Amino acid sequence: MAKTIQLLTARCGKIRPDSVADYIAHDGFSALKKAMNMDPMQIINEVIDAKLLGRGGASYPAGKKWKQLYEIEGDPKYIVCNADEGEPGTFKDMVLLEKDPLSIIEGMAIAGYVFNSHDGYIYIRGEYREIQKLFQAAIDNAVKANYLGDNIMGSNFSFHVHIVSGAGAYICGENSGLLNSIEAKTGRPRVKPPHLAEVGLYSKPTLVNNVESFASVPQIVNMGGKAFQELGVEDSGGTKLICLSGNVKRRGTFEIPIGGVTLRDIIFDPEFGGGIPDGKELKCYHLGGQSGPIGFPEQLDTRYDHTSLKKVGLSIGSGAVVVLDDTICMIDYLKKVSEFFIHESCGKCVPCREGNRQMYMILHKFATGLATEKDFERLERLSFTMSTASSCGLGQSACTALDSCLLHRREEFEAHINGICPVCLNSRKYGDQYAY
Amino acid sequence: MVTSMHIDPNKMVTIKIDGIPVTVPSGTTIMEAARKIGIKIPSLCHHPDLGVRAFCRVCLVEDSHSRRLKTACNNLVDEAGDITTNSPKVRKARKTVLELLLANHPQDCLHCERNGKCELQTLAAEYNIRGNIFDPVWKPVPKEMSNPSLVRDMTKCVRCGRCVEACQAIQTTNAIGYSGRSTDFKITTAFEKPLSESPCVYCGQCVAVCPVGALYEKDDTQRVWDALDNKDKFVVVQTAPAVRVAIGEEFGMARGAIATGKMVAALRRLGFDKVFDTDFSADLTIMEEGYELIDRIKNGGTLPMITSCSPGWINFVEKTYPDLLPHVSSCKSPQQMFGAIAKTYYADKMGIPRDKMFVVSIMPCIAKKYECQRPEMNSSGYQDVDVVLTTRELAKMIRMAGLDFNFLPEEEFDHPLGLGSGAGAIFGTSGGGMEAAIRTVYEVVTGKEPQSLDFTACRGHEGIKEATLDLDGMPVKVAITNGLKNARVLMDKIRAGEADYHFIEVMCCPGGCVGGGGQPFRTTAAIREHRMDGLYKVDKSLPLRQSHKNPDIQTLYSEFLKEPNSHLAHELLHTHYQDRSAK
Repeated sequence: MAKTIQLLTARCGKIRPDSVADYIAHDGFSALKKAMNMDPMQIINEVIDAKLLGRGGASYPAGKKWKQLYEIEGDPKYIVCNADEGEPGTFKDMVLLEKDPLSIIEGMAIAGYVFNSHDGYIYIRGEYREIQKLFQAAIDNAVKANYLGDNIMGSNFSFHVHIVSGAGAYICGENSGLLNSIEAKTGRPRVKPPHLAEVGLYSKPTLVNNVESFASVPQIVNMGGKAFQELGVEDSGGTKLICLSGNVKRRGTFEIPIGGVTLRDIIFDPEFGGGIPDGKELKCYHLGGQSGPIGFPEQLDTRYDHTSLKKVGLSIGSGAVVVLDDTICMIDYLKKVSEFFIHESCGKCVPCREGNRQMYMILHKFATGLATEKDFERLERLSFTMSTASSCGLGQSACTALDSCLLHRREEFEAHINGICPVCLNSRKYGDQYAY
Repeated sequence: MVTSMHIDPNKMVTIKIDGIPVTVPSGTTIMEAARKIGIKIPSLCHHPDLGVRAFCRVCLVEDSHSRRLKTACNNLVDEAGDITTNSPKVRKARKTVLELLLANHPQDCLHCERNGKCELQTLAAEYNIRGNIFDPVWKPVPKEMSNPSLVRDMTKCVRCGRCVEACQAIQTTNAIGYSGRSTDFKITTAFEKPLSESPCVYCGQCVAVCPVGALYEKDDTQRVWDALDNKDKFVVVQTAPAVRVAIGEEFGMARGAIATGKMVAALRRLGFDKVFDTDFSADLTIMEEGYELIDRIKNGGTLPMITSCSPGWINFVEKTYPDLLPHVSSCKSPQQMFGAIAKTYYADKMGIPRDKMFVVSIMPCIAKKYECQRPEMNSSGYQDVDVVLTTRELAKMIRMAGLDFNFLPEEEFDHPLGLGSGAGAIFGTSGGGMEAAIRTVYEVVTGKEPQSLDFTACRGHEGIKEATLDLDGMPVKVAITNGLKNARVLMDKIRAGEADYHFIEVMCCPGGCVGGGGQPFRTTAAIREHRMDGLYKVDKSLPLRQSHKNPDIQTLYSEFLKEPNSHLAHELLHTHYQDRSAK
């Protein structure tokens, strides 16, 4: 039996992405039609029943978010789609944006209907330049066909979608930084509270959801929240797009029912990764991008759903699964992760700005055999402070990968203290190319 | 737990902080609530007068509703569970944050401008930091000294953002802002140009709020010591009204305490040959400005007329509203009028060669340092005011001379440039210049004494105040503003032709000179009010409360200037402005 499923990806590759006619021929806009004959609260209840956990990385219950926004008074309310897919190893939003943009537009329009919002913004990362053009064509065609724009399908409801292009900053994927960027301000995260549901885009109540979350909405409306939930597990419904990359035989985006497969399936099953190439062994796998935890072979039999992963200290995050083989030095890899966060930190809060560079410096000491036992205390204090005291998700999660490695592979750090790396043997080969 | 928050200040919220219940209005921050029960939560970026940034992450507390620590400066009691402000977790995180900051800070405290007054140094002491587990990462950045007023030493910057908040939100000058990200995150001018090429007006509000030694006034104390030590120089000093109600704070006196007599005694012991009062030249300003106003009203001059005492304000008009320069009174500021009179009338009268006369000003202001160096400010043929010291710099000299300020006797100013009226004294607070002017203009126009000299409509530190005065049947509409954000509102009104005022008083700094950039550190709105109260007490206690009744002013006119706005008065006491806007 096939372990993958085609729900969000059902139309991908089968239709011309910007063609409204193709989209309708494959069941498109049926959910919007249905939704516009429903009471907004009824729709929200379906989303709650669907147990849709936000697909951007934080896994915040979408139904709860919708309900909170619904209860807040304010006009206008804005709908924002976060398509700033910047998490390394994550390319699932790209698939939807590129192959089925109208499903995202439909999801946003349904949200617009629920909150009586007239404007939606989709913030697409700058690197997806070609996709932005395609998405604009999809918007234009939807407007021409009256599924978007003024008086949708002859009703009183009008909803417009605007594309805003990112310019390369990872931090703009943080929801409040993203809103600042839309407002043409520097893309630094805002101080919270106030929460975005109350004071969001242009200081108005705002819904921000990920591409995949919005694409799930028409499915929920069509099949009902309960049926959607039943695709997954009890507290997390639906399907998930996973992005498999790194040292596996088959890389790519796969759609799975949540909880329907194990990590071992994802990496070794021929339907997914098909194992490690070149006769190498699996060393570890990085889940959910650079901000996620690192898993090891002993955790492979964990089911791929939010609760099961959490129990073993892992998480789904964005859905990225980066597989690393046994030629990778753990310290080496963590240095790369650290470099990424040094580059992408916005710099406004102390734990993140100062912490990331200190972390890199300490990892560099391990890499060059100069670390001592004392450096474990440094790492521990840094990790504690950054994760608990940073202003936004970036700083809070910058040490997640390090924490998993310290917990499960402390011996590899200890070997480096003694000047020996089990992988690269002579760890002193590194020059100090990144002295921050 | 995330709840939808509806802040209603009439609703009271009760939370437990360290087990102690505290009831505060909805919308109160955890930090404010903690203070109510005697718990001081440390912070580096928080300032009561400024917007919340939560950059420093020092004010961490535990919240039973949250897995992570919360910052007490921005999180509200409405969403809080049980708060713990002192736990192993809190102490560990706060200490680590401080160590991270210190690793990126040159620890040359002994040579630092803020040694003993630095908020980072204080926190490091409070947290018993005796070393740093993190390696130093700070790198020297050249100091920026492109202007006569202030120094930016960005090596010491902790990136708390207070200065940006003061510059952008309070003053709307927008001379500085944030640039770069991560380790390159810094506070700088647009395109990293020198401050002198930015819209900076040298108000020094950034200096006033900086917690560390990254921003400070250009230190001119040595130049004053040199002059005092030079036997050839006749060194006179003038003290601005707002200094007398602030200098005491430097020596442990109460906020807003009146320390005029002790200050005069201290100046005399420092070796100044004559100790004079800017209140005197404030009276002179009232004469010149008052007659200018009457002239403009009677002869169809440009109205509204705007005051010109505040050099930061003058810089702002020249840089930002040059088209409104004709509205600005041509009068020099009291400091410059003093310099011009001291080096002409007084020097000649005393038989002191003008080049041997050395004029020092003690000002609550750092823009005055720039003002005295303007090329047009040498009516005597020499630079009229040689050196400007801030209140803080004077305190430094007093300490260096070993004077026990609290022990000093009360002494009187010297004559003739040391006699000032109550009207001159209240120049130091927002609304004071206006009230002083009205006390004189009323009598000049109507020929009658006002029923009461207390024009209370002018008083208080609200951003914009308006009043209509009845000058014996002639209504005069006035407006008073402090802080450039508020001044901007009035200027935009004038530009739009919607301002029907006759006279506007503008003071650059919040609260006027009592809140100047050169006043003792840690000034807040509450402290400014104390200083303002002090000035009104000074005024009330003086027998002489109207500028035109100051006998020494009358003598100056009869012996020298002849009459207000005379040819000589124009030569010495009036100035001109120029468009300095970015082209």
